[in-house]
Amino acid sequence: MKFAVIQFPGSNCDQDCVSGINSIEGLQADYVWHKETSLRDYDAIVLPGGFAYGDYLRCGAIARFSPIMKAVISDAHGGKLVLGTCNGFQVLCEAGLLPGALVRNRSLRFVCEMVTLRVEVPDSPFTHGCSEGTLLRMPIAHGEGCYFADDKTLHELNHNRQVIMCYADDRGRIVPEANPNGSIENIAGICNREGNVLGLMPHPDRASDVRLGSADGAKIFRSMMETIVAQHARAA
Amino acid sequence: MKVNVIVKPKEAVLDPQGNAVRDAMRHLGMPEVRSVRIGKYMEINVEGEDADLEKRLHRLCRDLLSNPVIEDYELVKANGARKTSQIKKKQK
Repeated sequence: MKFAVIQFPGSNCDQDCVSGINSIEGLQADYVWHKETSLRDYDAIVLPGGFAYGDYLRCGAIARFSPIMKAVISDAHGGKLVLGTCNGFQVLCEAGLLPGALVRNRSLRFVCEMVTLRVEVPDSPFTHGCSEGTLLRMPIAHGEGCYFADDKTLHELNHNRQVIMCYADDRGRIVPEANPNGSIENIAGICNREGNVLGLMPHPDRASDVRLGSADGAKIFRSMMETIVAQHARAA
Repeated sequence: MKVNVIVKPKEAVLDPQGNAVRDAMRHLGMPEVRSVRIGKYMEINVEGEDADLEKRLHRLCRDLLSNPVIEDYELVKANGARKTSQIKKKQK
């Protein structure tokens, strides 16, 4: 099964993503340069972290117009699994594949630390195998990770179970002290209405091996693989 | 044609940068400062001048120069005529 990891000029977690994905048996990740125009050969797409186009203007604002994004958008609309982590999440919001936006951290500081995440939706294509309330440990590293959505959008996100993960304390409580960046309702990751596009500020790619302090990120990639296997089985 | 584009955070969006500057201004002896909002200012030089060009500029203001989810923009022609995303909405 093949995953595409998109490389924008300024991506810097592309190698982490490829390495994290390749460490899972049955998965193979390829780098795909942003000037490419097709993702036909891939079962899933990953937009990595970094600073695409130097984050000029706004994070993800210029990257969303890269040639590859037409393929990302059309494949996402076709139902392919798309995961955007950190800067990739920002690109997905700018591209309109996910609602809301990521703005400057409330503290104005770049935060780089391990966080605890509570899985809110255990049956999504990305959290398959986690039960509701499962706590995952993953690092964050961002200056603009404060998730914002207007009241109407927020209501829809909650109503449609699109909030996949929230920042929680060690006991799984969603409290302000566990919120590293000021995101509304401690939101760390959301999916689109259809459920096949996930944006996540934390880095599953940097938590794919116990030697990195956590292997919980690998659960996201493995869940994507299992979802695709199940889809293929249904189609066959 | 020369145009200036001003992009500012929507009212509902928290502007921690503006708050930090507001606090600094108060500390520097101006307790009267109520609020500061920080946006972006762009000077754009465009060849030609017609209604179609302006329409295309507005489209790019919405698609690229600002993010309508969190920001409003104002397009000011060098001769002083202003058109803003905010005012446009109110007129409707």
